[in-house]
Amino acid sequence: MSTTALTYLFVALSFALYIGIAIWSRAASTKEFYVAGGHVHPIANGMATAADWMSAASFISMAGIIAFMGYDGSVYLMGWTGGFVLLALLLAPYLRKFGQFTVPDFIGERYYSKTARVIAVLCLLIVSFTYIAGQMRGVGIVFSRFLEVDINTGVYTGMAIVFFYAVLGGMKGITYTQVAQYCVMIFAYLVPAIFISMLLTGNPLPQLGLGTTLEDGSGMTVLAKLDAVLTDLGFAAYTASERATIDVFAITAALMIGTAGLPHVIVRFFTVPKVSDARKSAGWALLFIALLYTTAPAIASFARLNFVDTVQDATYETMPDWFKNWEDIGLIGWSDKNEDGHIQYGPGNAFEGGAPTFGEERGSHGERVVTSAPTAADNEVYVDRDIMVLANPEIANLPGWVMALVAAGSLAAALSTAAGLLLVISSSVSHDLVKKTFRAGTTERQELLYARLSAAVAVVVAGYFGINPPGFVAQVVAFAFGLAAASLFPALFMGIFVKSMNRDGAIAGMIAGLGFTWVYIAWFKFWEPAANVAENWWFGISPEGIGFVGMIVNFVVAFAVARFTVKPPEKVRELVDSIRIPVRTQSNAPKL
Amino acid sequence: MSGTESHRDTSGDRTQAYWKANLRELAWLLAIWFTCSFGFGIVLAEPLNAFTFLGVPLGFWFAQQGAIYIFIMLIFVYAWRMHRVDERFGLEDDNEPDSYDLDDAGGETQA
Repeated sequence: MSTTALTYLFVALSFALYIGIAIWSRAASTKEFYVAGGHVHPIANGMATAADWMSAASFISMAGIIAFMGYDGSVYLMGWTGGFVLLALLLAPYLRKFGQFTVPDFIGERYYSKTARVIAVLCLLIVSFTYIAGQMRGVGIVFSRFLEVDINTGVYTGMAIVFFYAVLGGMKGITYTQVAQYCVMIFAYLVPAIFISMLLTGNPLPQLGLGTTLEDGSGMTVLAKLDAVLTDLGFAAYTASERATIDVFAITAALMIGTAGLPHVIVRFFTVPKVSDARKSAGWALLFIALLYTTAPAIASFARLNFVDTVQDATYETMPDWFKNWEDIGLIGWSDKNEDGHIQYGPGNAFEGGAPTFGEERGSHGERVVTSAPTAADNEVYVDRDIMVLANPEIANLPGWVMALVAAGSLAAALSTAAGLLLVISSSVSHDLVKKTFRAGTTERQELLYARLSAAVAVVVAGYFGINPPGFVAQVVAFAFGLAAASLFPALFMGIFVKSMNRDGAIAGMIAGLGFTWVYIAWFKFWEPAANVAENWWFGISPEGIGFVGMIVNFVVAFAVARFTVKPPEKVRELVDSIRIPVRTQSNAPKL
Repeated sequence: MSGTESHRDTSGDRTQAYWKANLRELAWLLAIWFTCSFGFGIVLAEPLNAFTFLGVPLGFWFAQQGAIYIFIMLIFVYAWRMHRVDERFGLEDDNEPDSYDLDDAGGETQA
């Protein structure tokens, strides 16, 4: 069977599985729609959280980014895992004890204010839509490369599938589908990694492969060889940092805190039965996530080594199929700048202005003619970072079924995250905006209908962004984490740990943190992109890391305002007391 | 120990002491969290790279492998130790009814 046929088979089988699960676990009540009834086992919830959390960015892009950034890619590894420690220790158990359906729910009740609730909904919508656009795009790329259909057809198919199980099944359907998607995803990630680790180092554990001696007779470890090869070509060493320490620090902190403040991750902990389950479940979630996250750095270094080995000083005529396939989609480009007939790969951009544009005709070696202006750098190769994970099995010459598996796995990663995001979008609209803010008398049946309607609208909006990606999708990822870190996390944290924090302090803090972070990122990303260099950054912190400073701004403003305004009412202080202990107190015990 | 859940002692002093015990657990666990990631993985990464661990420069290993393993352990250690603290204060939730079930019976807002 051809690779394309195998891919169709794997993708179709996995989709059939997800739809089957969705039908089996339809949601009948708002409680099932929002929090799966609160009866999810902590280990199942851990798997679902892992699938929810690991998006197309984790599955497709992360290893590629690390491959090209080396040590500096560590910010994503530590940032996207360390946040779970904050979540498990500082937020999840208490929010579970609070026992409502959404994140704005907590902020609205704790700060006894509709304004606070609406601000929280706003933050949530910005963060979630930013994210979901990227997922739909990921679905489109996988479809176009592996199933050889139009990107738009791919996005429509993805929309239809997500629509089906998120709108019908709600959190209940999503949870059990995500468990299946986690299994597909992790299997698809580990199989090629193990194969490649065996081929390169003879060690089947990719995590250990990094430090294992290569099988090529050089007697060097993977990392030592990589450092030597890269410095030879004029790159910085793979294990050395090219960024200022303070910037690496701030980016890691912003990603960690942002992770802990992401609504679609937090609500997953509303689905387990008890407080102690919420604590354990976070541990399981991180364990499942770590299986992929500790493999990624190995994949990254293997991929970079293989890539340099294949490309450097070879001729275009001898390039393997994967090089030409990705060139056809425009994610690889080569122009023989020094006209020696060989491919030279080195530091610096090969062409002006990022991704190159191509002409219709072919060059003298059969390559696509790049019409972008060449730069002065000796580097002749443009390669998009996102292709590394998808191309890795081909680069390593693995059998066709492995590639089919990777395609199914990347779709699982994108769809599971998209579904989780759709759910928090729809529940914050139907529950927080419609029911709790604008139409108090909404019945449960109406609310469920509103929830499904807003999920449907959100799917369409997400699909629109997938087909017409705003040029700034990549840039706004910094927004999502920065904003979550600067707005939602401090409000949630103070709601639990600072009993004296009042409405005015929390609202002022959220607005200040959000505003500060927004302006800083927008200034460097949209208004003055040319000024986005280290010399102009405050304290040397890049827009990616500014959410950390935004969080500090939030805390400072909140405490200052709270000092001079009215203390929270007694009822709220009792609420804080009750969420701090895992059992029911007399005041909120059931009336028997 | 046959009291029903609603008869548990959740008076001020006791819950205050429980909360302090929780904060103590958080303090040392977060200190380790910070040291292994921001400390060994970032600020001290370069000097630590002079040593190797499993064939990998140590600072680089913490940043791309070690910190993640430690994070997992920290969460499970917290879950385990906090459950013991819960028990010490008679606040374990092992026999707690599911709060969503209670919401059905007792109206929709929880105090």
